[in-house]
Amino acid sequence: MRLLAENLSSMRGGRVLFQGLSFAMGAGEALMVIGPNGSGKTTLLRLIAGLLPPTAGRTALAGSEDPVSEAVHFVGYQDALKGALTVRENLAFYKSLFGGSGDAVDEALGRMGVGTLAMLPAQVLSAGQRRRAALARLLVSHRPIWLLDEPANTLDADGQTLLTRLMDEHRKRGGIVIAAAHVRLDLPAAREISLGGAA
Amino acid sequence: MTASPPALRSRSRPDNQALLSRSDLASPHRFLSLARVLVPTFAALALVLTGLGLVLGFRAPPDYQQGETVRIMYIHVPAAWISLAAYTLMAVASLGTLVWRHPLADVAAKTAAPIGAAFCLLCLVTGALWGRPMWGAYWVWDPRLTSELVLFLLYLGVIALWNAIEDAGRAGRAAAILTLVGFINVPIVKFSVEWWSSLHQGASVFRPGGPAIHPSILWPLMISAAGFTALFFALHVAAMRNEILRRRLRTLGILAAAEADVR
Amino acid sequence: MNAALAAIVKRDLKLALRAGGGAGIGVIFFLAVVTIVPFAVGPDLPLLKRIGAAVLWIGALLASLLGLERIFAADHEDGSLDLLFLAPAPLVLTAAAKALAHWIATGLPLVVMAPVLGLMLGIDPRALAAVTATLLAGTPAVTFIGLIAGALAVTLPRSGLLVAVLVLPLAIPLLIFGVAATDAAVTNEVPFGAPFRLLCAISLFFFVLGPIAAAAALRHARE
Repeated sequence: MRLLAENLSSMRGGRVLFQGLSFAMGAGEALMVIGPNGSGKTTLLRLIAGLLPPTAGRTALAGSEDPVSEAVHFVGYQDALKGALTVRENLAFYKSLFGGSGDAVDEALGRMGVGTLAMLPAQVLSAGQRRRAALARLLVSHRPIWLLDEPANTLDADGQTLLTRLMDEHRKRGGIVIAAAHVRLDLPAAREISLGGAA
Repeated sequence: MTASPPALRSRSRPDNQALLSRSDLASPHRFLSLARVLVPTFAALALVLTGLGLVLGFRAPPDYQQGETVRIMYIHVPAAWISLAAYTLMAVASLGTLVWRHPLADVAAKTAAPIGAAFCLLCLVTGALWGRPMWGAYWVWDPRLTSELVLFLLYLGVIALWNAIEDAGRAGRAAAILTLVGFINVPIVKFSVEWWSSLHQGASVFRPGGPAIHPSILWPLMISAAGFTALFFALHVAAMRNEILRRRLRTLGILAAAEADVR
Repeated sequence: MNAALAAIVKRDLKLALRAGGGAGIGVIFFLAVVTIVPFAVGPDLPLLKRIGAAVLWIGALLASLLGLERIFAADHEDGSLDLLFLAPAPLVLTAAAKALAHWIATGLPLVVMAPVLGLMLGIDPRALAAVTATLLAGTPAVTFIGLIAGALAVTLPRSGLLVAVLVLPLAIPLLIFGVAATDAAVTNEVPFGAPFRLLCAISLFFFVLGPIAAAAALRHARE
């Protein structure tokens, strides 16, 4: 599983965010996208996920015709949890939606430290708890490429440790992690792309 | 002395209980024990009085013009009265929410709405069933029934508003305002519907008169009405109890989530 | 993939039925529309009977439009629309699944209520059966048209009336054949089957066009 990006460029609102971005990532590798707010980190991640078309360039999976969007998990700054549904119902929906193999919903929630909240409606959870529940999505359906946009945002210290462990395990299993943050995440041996500053 | 920092201590279990008892969930304690007595009492009264009213109603003489079908009046008329009385109760409860801020007022208002709407619907359906043999059609837009239909729409509007707003407090205040506005409008609606009906005198099929209140009919009617009132209160108190318990459950859920975060 | 689509239908139904979801409001609106017509035209029973099918169709049409502007907006706001894009199931099918859930929650209750409201308008039983059948065939199509409008308006904050404006012209053929079929059932001048079959054909056309156009609109909204 190799993720290829060729000559990616993006222009939003008349502004060139980045151009000529190319990289190739293999199993177990990690990429950190850093830069100040507004530098295009989210745009780049969404572009790789296939949620946005690039102004130029393309992304592809080496040796496969499948679109990249079917091999990625995207965790954006929103939690994508429906407040009126219970945490368990939210995760069960995503397990069904994404299909494939993965952990059982209650197992995943337990792993993320919110197992006892599974039957509560998502709207009563705190921001940190919702973020943990949202990250559980990564466990209930296994996909090789993780695109994480400011994933540690509302997490407390314990949560950040848990996130680091999750990313390590994913890479050991051959997965790829691409994370965007304006503060450095704990990603050992990660390559870096710096946006929005000196090229 | 433990070494735990003060901040952690302040979110410990005993303080949460203190919050619970100090909140508006405290006064319902008395109500809940009262409910345990009231509900069966009202239910028994309802059974006896309604049964008596209906039996007497069947033994009363039939109307010279409408025959046996007039007996549906013993359900139709009390249902109409209760539907209006329930809306009045909701209006009073709404004042309780907005003006006096009584903790149980919005529970009373919220639970009265579906029950009042049900009696309203009962009135409309029995009115249609009564109308079929009398007028030849299930519905002829006569002023009384039409006013009742508008009242039904007002009920549905209040219920819809309760369901639309998540936060119980805000929903209660919004519904209270809507109920009061609706209540003030009831006489206006009644007047305009009567006027509209008289305007189309020539075009309408019938101008049905109401049942003449004959003494031998009056008693069963009153008893039936008393029975319906008891039924309403039995249902209302039981519904209030359910709503209080439901809110308590929700608060416990929120507290559980908050506590889990500390651990 | 069927499991994924069924999960979408189930989730949207659950959301519609829970507090704040807006289930039932369509029926109340339908009742309100039917109620106000006699106040406008007078309690003239023969007149009400003549325009009854039309009133029911207009009421059902307007009530169906309720909530259609939110069909994608809610998902867009909390980020779950992104995830629908990433799912293995094609966007066309996920859009169709959402439309199905919306019709079950909003449109189907209207069809069930139509005979009761028809009684209030004095429509006779044969016409009642006909108008209910036309609504059953036509309301899903209204939902699928609304799917397109909802997808076009997904990024707009206040799009309620816009969606209505977009849907109503496209829904005119449904209205024409729906009412014509009902009249045919009563007057027997034209056999009921002819306009009814045309109604069904137009509905089937929108079953296909709706999800395809909606998926295209959603994709184009991303640029």
